Amino acid sequence: MTKIEAIIKPFKLDEVKEALTAAGVVGMTVSEVRGFGRQKGHTEMYRGGEYTVDFLPKMKVEVVVPDGLVDKVVALIAGAAKTGSIGDGKVFVSRLEDAIRIRTGEHGDNAV
Amino acid sequence: MRGIETTSSHRALRACAIALAVGGLLAVGGWVLAQDKAAAPPAPAAPAPAVAAPAPPPSKPDPAGTATGGIADVTAKTAGKPTLEEMAEFVGHNRVAINFVWTLVAGFLVMFMQAGFALAETGFTRAKNVGHTMMMNFMVYAIGMTGYWICGFALHMGGLGPISTLGGTNLLDSEFVITLFGKEFGLFGMKGFFLAGSTYDVAVFALFLFQMVFMDTAATIPTGAMAERWKFSSFVVYGFFISMFTYPLFANWVWGGGWLSQLGKNFGLGHGHVDFAGSSVVHMVGGVTALAGAMVLGARIGKYNKDGSANPIPGHNIPMAALGCFILAFGWFGFNPGSTLAGADLRIAVVAVNTMLAGAAGAVAAMFYMWSIYGKPDPSMLINGMLAGLVAITAPCAFVSSFWAFVIGAVAGVLVCWSVFYVERTLKVDDPVGAISVHGTCGAWGVLSVGLFADGTYGDGFNGVEGTVRGLFYGGASQFVAQIIGTLTCFGFIFVASYAFFKAYDLAFGMRVSPEVELEGLDVPEMGGHGYPEIQGPGTLVHGLGGHGGAGKPQPVMAGMMTTERGH
Repeated sequence: MTKIEAIIKPFKLDEVKEALTAAGVVGMTVSEVRGFGRQKGHTEMYRGGEYTVDFLPKMKVEVVVPDGLVDKVVALIAGAAKTGSIGDGKVFVSRLEDAIRIRTGEHGDNAV
Repeated sequence: MRGIETTSSHRALRACAIALAVGGLLAVGGWVLAQDKAAAPPAPAAPAPAVAAPAPPPSKPDPAGTATGGIADVTAKTAGKPTLEEMAEFVGHNRVAINFVWTLVAGFLVMFMQAGFALAETGFTRAKNVGHTMMMNFMVYAIGMTGYWICGFALHMGGLGPISTLGGTNLLDSEFVITLFGKEFGLFGMKGFFLAGSTYDVAVFALFLFQMVFMDTAATIPTGAMAERWKFSSFVVYGFFISMFTYPLFANWVWGGGWLSQLGKNFGLGHGHVDFAGSSVVHMVGGVTALAGAMVLGARIGKYNKDGSANPIPGHNIPMAALGCFILAFGWFGFNPGSTLAGADLRIAVVAVNTMLAGAAGAVAAMFYMWSIYGKPDPSMLINGMLAGLVAITAPCAFVSSFWAFVIGAVAGVLVCWSVFYVERTLKVDDPVGAISVHGTCGAWGVLSVGLFADGTYGDGFNGVEGTVRGLFYGGASQFVAQIIGTLTCFGFIFVASYAFFKAYDLAFGMRVSPEVELEGLDVPEMGGHGYPEIQGPGTLVHGLGGHGGAGKPQPVMAGMMTTERGH
């Protein structure tokens, strides 16, 4: 069981969601997050003055998938979230110990 | 909960203040009552309108509206057969009635400008201070009205003389005058305290409403320049100060028959200081008070770096500020055309068109200026640009052609940009909303422009001087001199009086919140709760950011929605 976290551009969320649900991913969690990578924020103008916004708004998409699906899901996210310019984001993949469905108490892949 | 904790010394202070207020009210109450008794005039028995032989009312519906109203509606002893005298009586009454309705409705529009100010100022400031900023704009209406009713109106208008468009009764007939160089200088009025006694009169009440909302416009201007760091208690005292003293005095000199309006009669300087709707009386007074207040308060934490360079502190809601500007522009149709105090004065059409043109020109000019110099049409400066045009046309609106109205507005649109950057970068005075520049700088430009472009088509007899109002370019050089004297007086008097008041208050009680309160946001410590509890409450990122202005490149000093992780 694997957890895949993707930090993507906010306006790419719909495309990522469509791609994943079409591929059979049945659930996901998203949150509005802020952060920076090598892009290091950007500048904006207000009343004739420039200022730097360090923490740019991004969306974090979290999905948990059976191990066999990992490569496919990662490829789908990377494909759907890509614009080719800086700030497209990152995908993080990590082993997951367990998952529990609260209603039934099921464990592992069955709980996802 | 540091901010709303009540110490015993606070309690004692509060008890004293309440005792003082109650005692004061009782004292003046007695005096007012005594005045009322003395002045109650015997009501003249109005001749009962005769009801003999009423004309038949229309028996059919009148969808076109052509048959409704006619000779039967003229009050006459013999209904349907008014005498010439009765006709004249009726026409005169109607003319004054039209003026009353016009003045009152225009006043209602100006009252709504308070909402415009509240939205514009709150939009230009940060989310952590919305409750505080909004409530300053809200309470200045109530506090200002109280102060203006107590003595502001009397000092302002007590020596006006007959209100010619509202029936001409001479009730406001008491001006304190000193004589210098053999000429009389009116300094302040002395009639109309609490609107009591002989000023219990329809015309005086209509005038009070109209003048009161103008005063409140001036009073609400400094709250923007002083936002995000001003103690609410200090603001409350200021609200009484401007509505009871500084505004009424300067307004008396220009609009209440005081010495600036007499410059024409006394010294042959045009029509005296001419300010049709208040570029100086309202806007410059507000803007100069804002300058004095912001200087005493000092800049917000994080506004300036150690090397003196300025950081932008973005306002939290541009749509709110833009809506506020639109409401102000709408209210200006009461502000300027209403200043005829006469719906029967058809110059109102010219005034209204000049007003809208100058506002448009200001926004367009600011847009092209910002676009060409800074690369983008900065929204907050476009909003300031429209307001700048409106402020500038406020004095000359009745005296200039549409061409000059557009020019006056366009100049103001660029002037406001220069002024904002000058105040921020050279004077190093922190004005979050641009109030000093919009109202102070462009107010000065507005009154001066009367002395340049007034074209002599209007204003016969203005301020008791025969002939129409003419500026420098139309043969009226002395009018320009009068405008300069008025502008300098406005700046000198208001700046000195306001600076002295703010400085004294600051030394005695302190005007500014503590740095901790300022960084946290004023809403909870000063007002008791967040303006936006759902996005500003505990557990957000807001308080951790904003305000520290790091070394090196300019940092955003943001808080609120932009930096808040919304919980799901």
